[in-house]
Amino acid sequence: MREIDASQITDVIRETVIEINYHLDQSLFQLIQQAKDKEHSEVASSILDDILENAKIADTNQAPLCQDTGVVVVFLEIGQDVHINGNLTDAINQGVKDGYEKGYLRKSMVNHPFNRQNTGDNTPAIIHTKLVSDDKIKLKIAAKGGGSENMSVVKMLTPADGIEGVKQLVLDTVFNAGGKPCPPIIVGLGLGGNFEKSALLAKEALLRELDDSNPDPTLKQLEQDLLKEINALGVGPMGVGGETTCLAVKVNAHAMHIASLPVAINIQCHSSRHKEVII
Amino acid sequence: MIKLTPPITDEEIKQLHVGDKVSITGTIYTARDQAHIRLLKEKNPKFDLKGSVIFYVGPTPNKPNQAVGASGPTSSYRMDTMAPELMARGVKLMIGKGDRSEAFREAMIEHNACYLIATGGAGALLSSRIKKSKVIMYEDLGPEAIRELTVEDFPCFVAYDVHGKNIFKGDANG
Repeated sequence: MREIDASQITDVIRETVIEINYHLDQSLFQLIQQAKDKEHSEVASSILDDILENAKIADTNQAPLCQDTGVVVVFLEIGQDVHINGNLTDAINQGVKDGYEKGYLRKSMVNHPFNRQNTGDNTPAIIHTKLVSDDKIKLKIAAKGGGSENMSVVKMLTPADGIEGVKQLVLDTVFNAGGKPCPPIIVGLGLGGNFEKSALLAKEALLRELDDSNPDPTLKQLEQDLLKEINALGVGPMGVGGETTCLAVKVNAHAMHIASLPVAINIQCHSSRHKEVII
Repeated sequence: MIKLTPPITDEEIKQLHVGDKVSITGTIYTARDQAHIRLLKEKNPKFDLKGSVIFYVGPTPNKPNQAVGASGPTSSYRMDTMAPELMARGVKLMIGKGDRSEAFREAMIEHNACYLIATGGAGALLSSRIKKSKVIMYEDLGPEAIRELTVEDFPCFVAYDVHGKNIFKGDANG
């Protein structure tokens, strides 16, 4: 049994929420740069320039990339041979509170669907926990903005809708969202499971490496086809038209009921902020 | 590149066309959801609405060496029902992001005003063009308070113009 102090988790969360809000991932920067080099629309190209310059300024000034510094989402994989000294949930929320204060990040959490009083410290984080068979703790930490989250969808299709039904739903969702989710976007597509599982699959798909693909050949093909078809919609950066609407499509799938084809589409803005840390 | 310094005149509005890059230097004001609700009831706002520029933003807290924290635009559609009255009272430019309602666009043309977009998510870049910031109304609203901003070369694009064009309908790309 390995002992891990809860304060270690607090430290990781505090430093990571600041780091991901200040520094755009290098592979994402390069992907935007490549898209910019291929973009024919003058306005679209100019917006992509702004996004790249923004990342450089945030990096140099140690400042947030965006004023929406997000809700903290943590996917935890806890080894069953680990014992945590202290309360895990409290440790994560303490890290969020400390990080958002220390890093001058915006507090965007309200406490109630209708009263909508700001909690004042960006807590609580949204936490998903899995048990695995080792003696480590893996944390996938994301800061998710509200604009792109608002354009996300869960829909229960029928098995007969098949791959064409899934593609049409994704294309309609992205087209109707237009400039609102801050394109160029990344699409996380969760297929299967059930109602809630599909949404978790979609969210976790957004946390994958940008250059990987689904190991299943059909799903890999779906990722590639959807990327092309979304970019053919002409939405463009911030909705102004152009070829750069989407930077990557990530599909995660799970077994499902014989009657169902659950589909979740989680949309991520161009400021994709997440990091994996292993304790 | 069209350079503008508020207050904005009727003549300047007519010269703006969808897709034009605009650079603003001078004084602009922030207002988003809650500030709009209050402004509509306000008889004597602490700034002159005539010819004014409103920026839809809720910044992050500023660091000690900064005028203002990250300041990217928020989605404009939430202000659509409230913006027409402010235009009737003199607001000439609104800066935000994303498409808006047809009713807003018609009111904008009627009042000879213009809708600009700034690059969404470019909070650090836009913050670097803001040289001074002062909360002038509704301090209790935190990030939603009304601030007077002094900007230099603040970059925007014309999204809707008074000639009936709309950037979200592909009008910027021929």
